[in-house]
Amino acid sequence: MLKNYFKIAIAVLRRRKFFTFISLFGISFTLTILLVLTAFIDKVVGDNYPDRKRDRSLYITRMQQEGKGNSNSGALSFYFLDHYTKGLKTPVKIAISSGANGTNTYVNNKKIAIRYKYTNAAYWDILEYDFFEGKAFGKKEVDDAEKVAVISEDTKNEYFGDVPSVVGKFIEADNVKYRVIGVVKNVPITSYLTYSDIYLPYTVSKDDYKNKDYGGGFTGILLAPSKADVQKMHDEYEQMVKRVPMSNKMFDHIYSHADAYIAAYVDTGNEKQSGVALVLTIISVFVFLFMLLPTLNLVNINITRIMERSSEIGVRKAFGASSKTLVYQFIVENIILTLLGGLIGLILSVIAIYFINSLNLIANLELSINFMVLFVGLLICLFFGLLSGVYPAWRMSKLNVVTALKAQ
Amino acid sequence: MIQLQNIEKVYRTSTVETLALNSINLEIAKGEFLSIMGPSGCGKSTLLNIIGLLDAPSKGNIKIDDQKTEHLSDKQLAAFRNKKLGFIFQSYHLINDLQVLDNVELPLLYRTSTAKERKMLASEALEKVGLANRVKHFPNQLSGGQKQRVAIARAIVGRPEIILADEPTGNLDSAMGSEILDILLQLNQRDGTTIVMVTHDENMAHKTHRLVRLFDGSQVQ
Repeated sequence: MLKNYFKIAIAVLRRRKFFTFISLFGISFTLTILLVLTAFIDKVVGDNYPDRKRDRSLYITRMQQEGKGNSNSGALSFYFLDHYTKGLKTPVKIAISSGANGTNTYVNNKKIAIRYKYTNAAYWDILEYDFFEGKAFGKKEVDDAEKVAVISEDTKNEYFGDVPSVVGKFIEADNVKYRVIGVVKNVPITSYLTYSDIYLPYTVSKDDYKNKDYGGGFTGILLAPSKADVQKMHDEYEQMVKRVPMSNKMFDHIYSHADAYIAAYVDTGNEKQSGVALVLTIISVFVFLFMLLPTLNLVNINITRIMERSSEIGVRKAFGASSKTLVYQFIVENIILTLLGGLIGLILSVIAIYFINSLNLIANLELSINFMVLFVGLLICLFFGLLSGVYPAWRMSKLNVVTALKAQ
Repeated sequence: MIQLQNIEKVYRTSTVETLALNSINLEIAKGEFLSIMGPSGCGKSTLLNIIGLLDAPSKGNIKIDDQKTEHLSDKQLAAFRNKKLGFIFQSYHLINDLQVLDNVELPLLYRTSTAKERKMLASEALEKVGLANRVKHFPNQLSGGQKQRVAIARAIVGRPEIILADEPTGNLDSAMGSEILDILLQLNQRDGTTIVMVTHDENMAHKTHRLVRLFDGSQVQ
C-alpha cells in the first residue's frame, strides 16, 4: 500500500513540475532559514566555552535604579560588584569584567580594530579559557596594575602574524603598550559576556574603577561551590540587593538579579518584563509567521493538485477506498513531498552554514548542523506535511463519487 | 440478487427541481446480463450509479444479496463495493500515473492481501483480457480498446459478483466494441458474473439476457 502511495506521489510530483518546484522551494527555503536560525540559537545558548561551570554560576548583567520620574538601567559599576558581592557567603569566587570596548591599533601602518576587556583575577579561575601559550594574569599582576594582556588567537595572528610564540612581546591598544602573557582560543562575539580580543587587568583601566556610583560598565559571575548551592546563592544576592543603600537621592528602588546564563543573556534590564519571555515571544511569533506563509501556500497548491485528481479519487472510492483511507493516502503523499523538501532544505542549510562560517560573517562563531537541529528540522517538516495536507485531503475525501468521476 | 424498490432520484438546485428517476422497480437475478437503454439524459447512468452505491436515491430501497444498503456508513459502503462490485466506465478512468499492473491491483489495495497475491491476481486478470504483455505500460501508451480491457481487468480482479458497466464501448469503434462485449459475455457465461450494462447500441443490448428501457427517468420496458 505504502509503495503504491509512494509511486503515485513521485509520479504526481513529476507530472506538475512547476507546482512541485514552488512547493519544494517554499518548504526547503523556509527550512533552510529556520535551520540556520536554530543552529545559531543552539550555538549561542548551547556553547559553553569558556564558561564551562555554567551550571553552578549565576550572572549579574544589569541593574535598574528607580525613583519618582527617574530610572536608570544598565551594567554595573566595578565598585558595586566588588564591594557588595564580596560580603556574600555562598560564592566561592566572583568574576568581574567589563564589556568589550573597541579601539584601533596599528601594525605596519595597517589599522586593526580590536576590543579590550578588563577583568579581575578570579575571572580566570571561573572561566576556563583554552590557552595556546602562556597563562592568565593573577592577583599579583592585578594588584600591581601590571600592563599585561591575554590576547585571542585571531588577535595574535592579525597583530603579530604567523609566529610560533608571542608571549613576552608587546601589543599596543588605546595608546598603551601591554606585555602579552597568554594566548587563548577565540570566543564568539555572541557570547558577549566573555568575548574580547584583549583581556587586561581592571587596575590598568583609565576609568576610575573606584567610583562609588552603582551603574557602570561591568558584569559579574558568581560561582557556587556546587550545583545545589546555586539557589541559595541566588537568594543571598537578592537579599543583599534589598539591603543596599541608595546611591543617589533620585532613586528609591534598586533591582538587580543574579540569574542563570540564559536569563542573564537576554536580560532587558526592565523589571516588569522578563527577557526570556520577550525573546521566546519574538522567536515564536517569527517562527509562526515564517511557517504560516509557506503552509498557506502549500494548502492552496494542494487543493488545486488534489482537485485535479478528482477522477482518481472517484475511481478509488468506487473500488472500495473509504474517505479515511483517502485522507491517509494524501497525507502520506504530502509527507513524502515535505520530507523531500526537508532533505533539500537540509542540504541548502549545510551549504548556507558553510558559507556563513567560511566568510566569518559573525566574529568567531562557528555554526554547525547537529542532531538537535536535524531533529527540529524533521519535526518542522512533519508539521508542514500534516498542516498543509490534512485540510485539502479532508475536503477532497468528502467529494461525491459521481461528481468526482464526472469532473474529468 | 439486486432488488430496486420505488427508486426515485431528484436533483435540486436553488431554482429547479429535476426528477432524474421516477419509481423504478427492478429485480436482477444472479448471473443475469442486463442492458439499460434510453436516450441521453433519461437517467441510465444515474440508475447504474445508484445500483453501484455510488449515489444514494432520494426515495426507495436497494437490496443487494438480500442486504439493505441505505443505512450503511461510508466505511461499510466502501467495503461493500470493494467486495461485491466492479465498475467499468465509458472513459476508462485509469490512473495515468500508474502502470497497467498497478491500475489493475487498485481494488486489492483496499482489502487484506500481500503484494505478491495482488501481483498474481492482477496478472491473472490481465491475462483474461489478453493484456498479459502490457503490464509495465502506462495507460497513455495504450489504445482505447486496450485501456478498456485494463479497466475490465481492474473490475474483475477482486472477483466481484456484480459488474456495472457504463457505456463500456461508447468511446470505441465497432470492432473494438464487440471485442469488449465478447469479454463481458464470456465473464457472464463462464464465471456467472452478474452484469448490468448501460449502452446506446441496440445490437449489443440484444446480445444480453434482458433489456430495460428508460425514458425521462421512468422505466418503459
